[in-house]
This record gives sequence, structure tokens and C-alpha cells, in this order.
Amino acid sequence: MAAGFDPSGRLPDVFTNAGTSSFTTFLSRVAPEMLPGRRPLPPGMAADLAPHATTIVAIAAAEGVVMAGDRRATMGNLIAQRDIEKVHPADAYSLVGIAGTAGIGIELMRLFQVELEHYEKIEGAMLSLDGKANRLASMIRGNLGAAMQGLAVVPLFAGFDLAAADPARAGRIFSFDVTGGPYEETGYDAIGSGSLFAKSALKKRFRAGLSVDDATRLAVEALYDAADDDTATGGPDLTRRIYPVVMTATAEGTRRLTDTETAAIAEGVVAGRMENPGG
Amino acid sequence: MAMQFYASPEQIMRDRSELARKGIARGRSAVVLSYSGGVLFVAENLSSALHKVSEIYDRIGFAAVGRYNEFENLRRAGVRMADLNGLSYDRRDVTGRALANAFAQTLGAIFTEQSKPFEVEICVAEVGATPEADELYRLTYDGSVNDEPGRMAMGGQAEAITGVLKSQHRADMSLAEAVRVAVQALSTVGGEGGAARTIAANQLEVAVLDRQRIGRTFRRITGAALTALLDGDAPAEGQAADAAGGPAEPVVPTTEGHKPTSSAGSADLEDRPAEGGER
Repeated sequence: MAAGFDPSGRLPDVFTNAGTSSFTTFLSRVAPEMLPGRRPLPPGMAADLAPHATTIVAIAAAEGVVMAGDRRATMGNLIAQRDIEKVHPADAYSLVGIAGTAGIGIELMRLFQVELEHYEKIEGAMLSLDGKANRLASMIRGNLGAAMQGLAVVPLFAGFDLAAADPARAGRIFSFDVTGGPYEETGYDAIGSGSLFAKSALKKRFRAGLSVDDATRLAVEALYDAADDDTATGGPDLTRRIYPVVMTATAEGTRRLTDTETAAIAEGVVAGRMENPGG
Repeated sequence: MAMQFYASPEQIMRDRSELARKGIARGRSAVVLSYSGGVLFVAENLSSALHKVSEIYDRIGFAAVGRYNEFENLRRAGVRMADLNGLSYDRRDVTGRALANAFAQTLGAIFTEQSKPFEVEICVAEVGATPEADELYRLTYDGSVNDEPGRMAMGGQAEAITGVLKSQHRADMSLAEAVRVAVQALSTVGGEGGAARTIAANQLEVAVLDRQRIGRTFRRITGAALTALLDGDAPAEGQAADAAGGPAEPVVPTTEGHKPTSSAGSADLEDRPAEGGER
């Protein structure tokens, strides 16, 4: 095994054998301590121990899918970070947003990125979008013990399905619960503390077949509504120039909107609310 | 008890070397060389599914000749090792040199301990900020490592091919020139009566590590793009920057603003030369 000393200096068998294409399975053999779910935790609640990341929204558009997240992380009643980035590319065609305990969420997200890239390199082909969602589900499930002690992480996963028969339905969104269950959502979804308000806003304004630009604007509007009513969600910070992170996944791959683009959208949303605070 | 015949260690090693050398020389060749826009891999390969050239990490590629099952073992080990190191430290901390060392140890141990050595020759290439900074490591069946000066050939009649490369190759070549030189070098051997052969596009496996890309730089060149390069017509779409010699200023991928740390899906970072205020 990997732990044993091998005087020849060759790579241990677990590296060279045909074995598995999954990086987490490989990691569980060589370095299980690097998997978030494998750490023994002392008993008791730990919910207020670490910063919490908050609201993420995702909207299916005609050409793909849009995901946006606010920039706030909170610890109890304090703002832990003003410019945290919670929406990331999972691979070239999918996006992942993290809500819940920030540290575990970021670790899980990095591991998920490596997992997808690793499979692609070993097998020479990308996982299907459903395969990616199932992989993420099993990683969330691994964190169940910690989640029960208050260190829950719930991601939102969205991507462009390259195998979709109908291009208008290629943008797909998956949500998860702490036990790992993946649920495919229709049209839009939100997670995190402000999700109730974001989803209420989206319920009234979402239409099927939105263009990516319209969906982007709608996502920023929904985050504004979440920030309006939820203290843990941050609105656009015009004084510090901190705006939501907005990413898209389309047939051309994933793309993060530049700060200039998100600034223009966020300023437009704020200007609109000057006249009509309810949106 | 049966008497074992004595064979001197020298004789045993010689026999193993001979076996490995014969095995490698029987196969088809591969060429790796630096050009202005990156590192080019060209291998003669009749199969489009079983690769001789593949991606290991962001800026590291792998090419091999010899027995498929044996180098595939090493390739998997390399991907696993790179992903493990990249996750534990940072994406920038995965180097070609460390991989070459691990492969050398493994090949050396197999050569001395096993009754049959690996009949493979391997190239680990890392693309740098300039052609001079590219690293090409040649690993042979007995675990020896050589740092090659910007070009190398392996497998088949490698020496004859190296001769052509040596006289034709320059580090400031465009992609189209580099592909033509590589194919010309490969086709000088194995023809009827010493004449040059014609190698069709579907018998070639071509890939590059693209110097200008951020994040994962490896990409395969197949189909129409490859045919266009071989015919020497106008550069195929997407290769324009390469064929034109790329931007005058080489992009240094490891500067702080580029954040390779978060580049699992690199598509969102690509094709966006310095936008105002970003990075």
C-alpha cells in the first residue's frame, strides 16, 4: 500500500494499477484524510464555528444556463467576508455554487473540480451531466456526519448538457439536500439563506426561453430581492465596487462575466429600484 | 533441487536492454518539439481511440511509444500523482520535473526488479512562458532521464528522425511549420527503398500544449484543422494566433492575476486578452 516504504522508489501500486477513474476513490486509498467526510469530529454542535456562504441562484436560458451568487459570508451577526466567490466553473461546461459552511464548501468544490478533470484525463472523455450531478451527490453524502453537527454544505449545480436532444433544454439545473439526493429543477432554483426571497422573485418573473442576457439580469434582480429581505445576503456594493459573481454555461463553454459587465447590470438594477423599490 | 545456471548481472541487464530496445524500435515513432506558440506532439497512430499523446496537467503533456498497456499504466500514475499534488498544494506546484523523476524511479525499479522491463519510451513535456523555458524530458526503459533541447523523437527509427529534426527545427517556428517539419521527419523513414512516405492525416495523432492558454493548455488537433495544417493552406480556425506567431509578448501564466488556482474549467478564462480592470 501507499503507506509502506518501498526501497525501490517506484510509484506505489495504487498509482499504477488500472483501478478506478474516480479521484475521490483514489484519494480514499492514498490519503483519506484529504476527504472532507473522513475526519472524526468531536461531538456537539459547531454551526457557529465558521463563516457561512449564502445565496446562489441559477436560471435556465434558451442557450444554456446562468448562475449567480452574492458576495457575502456571515458568521452569526457579523459579516465575515464581503467579496467571497461562491460560484465557480466545475469544468468546461458546468458550474457549481456553494452555500453553507464556507470552508467545507470550498474544499468540496475544489475536490469536485479535480474529480471531473481527473475522470476526463484518465478516460479521455467527459462525464455526462447526470454523471457529474451524481458524483457531486455522493460527495455531499460523505459530509452527512458533519452536516448533522451544523457544518452542512449544499451546492447548486448547473451545466450545459452536450448530449441534450433539444438544444433549448440543454441548460439543466440540479439541487441537492444534505443527504445527497440530487433533484433536477425546472427553469430556475436558488439555495442559501436568501433563497426563499430569490425564488419568490423568480417565480413571478421567470419565463421559459429567456435569452442569456435577460436571464443574467433576472439573476441579479433575484439576488437584489434576496439581499433586500435577508441580512446574510449582500446586495451590490456600489461604494466598494463589489458585484455579484455571474457565470454562464453555454455551447461555447463556461464564462464568467467581467467586473465591468456585472457592474453595468448591477447599476442598472439599482437604478431601477430607485424608482420602484419592489422591482 | 535443480541447479540454477549462473548469469552475471551484466549479462542479465544487457539481455533486458536488448529486449526493451527491440520492442521500442518495432513500433511507430513520435516526435515532440517546441514552437513559438507552445509544445507540439506528433505521433504516428492508426487508432483514434487509444492515445499515445495525452494530457497530464495544466501545462504538462505526455507522449509515449512502445507497449500500450505498459505506458498507459504510467500515464494513469502520472495523472493521479499530478492531481493529488495539485489538490494538496496548488496548481502551479505541479511540475514536469517531479513527474519525470517519479517515472524514472518507477521505470528504473521495474528494469532491475522484474524479469521483463517495460518496452516503452516516454516524453514528459512542460510548456513554459517562452520556447527556451519549455522542458522536454526523455525517459527510457531503464529509468534514465534526459533533458532534451527543444525537440526529440522516439520509437521506430528514432535516430534518423532526430537527424531531420535537428537540421529543420527552430524554436521560433509557427504551428503550421512545426507540424510540417514533424511530419516530414516522421515520413523520412520506413519508405520503399529509402524514399519518403506520405502519412495521411488519419494516421497521425497531433496535440499541442498551447503557450497562450491559461489553465489547461492541452488540446488535440484533429479533423479539418489538422488537414489544413498539413496542406499548409491558410491556418484553420482557432489556430490563427499560433500560425501568426502569437502575440509578441508571451503570456506568463503564473502571474498573480491569472489565478490558475481556480482554473479547473479553463474555458471561462480563455480567449480574453487583458480586459480593462480585470486580472
